[in-house]
Amino acid sequence: MTVESTAARTPRRAGSGGKRTSASSKSASAKSTAADAKSAGTKKGASARKAGDGQPELVQLLTPEGERVVSAEYDRYVADLTPEDLRALYRDMVMTRRFDAEAVTLQRQGELGLWPSLLGQEAAQVGSGRATRQDDYVFPTYREHGVAWCRGVDPTLLLGMFRGVNNGGWDPNGNNFHLYTIVIGSQTLHATGYAMGVAKDGADSAVVAYLGDGATSQGDVAEAFTFSAVYNAPVVFFCQNNQWAISEPTEKQSRVPLYQRAQGYGFPGVRVDGNDVLACLAVSKWALERARAGEGPALIEAFTYRMGAHTTSDDPTRYRRDEERESWEVKDPIKRLRAYLEAQGHADEAFFAELEAESETLGKRVRDVVRAMPDPDPMSIFENIYADGHALVDEERAQFAAYQASFADAPADAVAGGEVK
Amino acid sequence: MAVQKFPIAKAINESLRTALEADPKVLVMGEDVGKLGGVFRVTDGLQKDFGEERVIDTPLAESGIVGTAIGLALRGYRPVVEIQFDGFVFPAYDQIVTQLAKMHARALGKVKVPVVIRIPYGGGIGAVEHHSESPEALFAHVAGLKVVTPSNASDAYWMLQQAIQSDDPVIYFEPKRRYWEKGEVNTDAIPDPLHKARVVREGTDATLVAYGPMVRTCLEAAAAAAEEGKSLEVVDLRSVSPVDFDTVQASVERTGRLVVVHEAPVFFGSGAEIAARITERSFYHLEAPVLRVGGFHSPYPPARVEEDYLPGLDRVLDAVDRSLAY
Repeated sequence: MTVESTAARTPRRAGSGGKRTSASSKSASAKSTAADAKSAGTKKGASARKAGDGQPELVQLLTPEGERVVSAEYDRYVADLTPEDLRALYRDMVMTRRFDAEAVTLQRQGELGLWPSLLGQEAAQVGSGRATRQDDYVFPTYREHGVAWCRGVDPTLLLGMFRGVNNGGWDPNGNNFHLYTIVIGSQTLHATGYAMGVAKDGADSAVVAYLGDGATSQGDVAEAFTFSAVYNAPVVFFCQNNQWAISEPTEKQSRVPLYQRAQGYGFPGVRVDGNDVLACLAVSKWALERARAGEGPALIEAFTYRMGAHTTSDDPTRYRRDEERESWEVKDPIKRLRAYLEAQGHADEAFFAELEAESETLGKRVRDVVRAMPDPDPMSIFENIYADGHALVDEERAQFAAYQASFADAPADAVAGGEVK
Repeated sequence: MAVQKFPIAKAINESLRTALEADPKVLVMGEDVGKLGGVFRVTDGLQKDFGEERVIDTPLAESGIVGTAIGLALRGYRPVVEIQFDGFVFPAYDQIVTQLAKMHARALGKVKVPVVIRIPYGGGIGAVEHHSESPEALFAHVAGLKVVTPSNASDAYWMLQQAIQSDDPVIYFEPKRRYWEKGEVNTDAIPDPLHKARVVREGTDATLVAYGPMVRTCLEAAAAAAEEGKSLEVVDLRSVSPVDFDTVQASVERTGRLVVVHEAPVFFGSGAEIAARITERSFYHLEAPVLRVGGFHSPYPPARVEEDYLPGLDRVLDAVDRSLAY
């Protein structure tokens, strides 16, 4: 990484491991000679690759050029993937990116108030999302559009909260995909509690808690790590380190690589190439399997990059340079799987053309659905605040209805069945 | 057998036991609630009888307790969590306000989070800082939460039963300085609705509204006033969200005067809300402005002066005198 930073730049001792550099300082890494020293809590295989710039090793099964890397440790988790499965992963990423691009456009056109783009994080989300079983439960942040896709959530449902017609609105139990959570890190505790419940039920399901690099600074995440470890809860913490928490680089959040935090809580942490869908799938399967087997939580740090702005309201030109983004362009998750598919002869031009057309159809459907999305009835303000009702809500609902009906052109006409002028 | 005399703490313990027996999904969790039985022994013996899987000693992290309770509720459990003391709830305040209170609405009603949060509250026990506060207004202000507080053993038992059965999050404030006061509990009775206020002493000259630990203080004040020839009605509010304004209104329209008493600071407290609402509802029945008696706009003071901070019989009667003087 080439992040300019004022954070500490000197190499330091890390935990029980050897010397390593500070999270991502170019100058520090240039000086470092022992950047990839062994560290406890790291999962290693033949596939372990340097992330560059003195970063610790990460699990990689597919290089940015699309070459398959052999991994004694993780190959088994992707060994049964057929060419069809690989094409399906590719399709997931393309469809997710197309959906995301459409949402950005819709925001620019004023149809959405805000959109947090996942551009660049497709492999992390599709790899982990496709590792889950139907009976697993996922607790997302607000950027997990690719995971939602993998869980079978209709993507148009994700747009309601960003259009301002609801605050979530899909049925979390429909696809075992919880509502987007905006307060950073809160959902990691919900995931942990849910996983504690899974264990109490004697089920062999697992839970995935998504979080970002910024969230690792939150107390709730620390408490989730503590609770999940103490109760040996079947939860996988999938941290997408996209390098930026709005304007703050990861080195403002941590002085050790994020995956190493797990060690202090007593469970394993792994850094995976977050732009490698196969590696993300494999490592997620590894973590989910051990959770199911009663071996407790794991932390996965998917090392990736937020190619776009934090949200459509953000302006990254104020805090990061174009060159950094360009250095990640060559690691694009979709390009590398396409290179692999083509080299292996697993997909032909017809496949890519068909997928292009299919993704355009999705874009159009999303556009049409969003534009047709009705504003909620004002009276819905008073709905679903309580499951068992509340006297004050009843009183205020009645008062507001009477107030509205007091206008000459009140919707009371409509309510009464009359025509609205 | 159905009618027994219990201290409030024991009534809560019995209520938890009944709930744990009746529904395998009910869990008790909190700091020191297991082997120790809680710092007030309210959960005494429960872990021994129901096991560590259902009566759970948690790590010392309040946000974690409430956050995991939310997750357990999403999985179908009914966690009853204990916050050890009132002043320790704030690390969990974010989870309570931004998640617990809003999740049902966020899901458009598709999920329920039936979490009960028990909080021993209030002063008068000579404790150190953070052990004597009354933060009920901070929760009553939040839509999505229900806030209740019993004043006697029977209510302590029944209101907790009802809170656990509710599909909504309920903050259940326990009057810790009254924990050892005994009262009859009829476990076969048909209880009043959870959010219904109750006239606990009838009177004609003025109404005192109180809840939790201040109910007894107001009853003592009313008894003292009776010796002076003044007839005070006392209403035990029982629920701070929602408030049963109908019962308060009916009482005020009989007496024409209202004094609201709570330990919490008066400023922006629940008394302010009651005063405003009753003024709206009963303007022409009021013979005097609604007066409030409560804590000052200060941190809860050191124990050696807490008797001056807490509303006592004299402060209540002083307010009554001022009301009657109009």
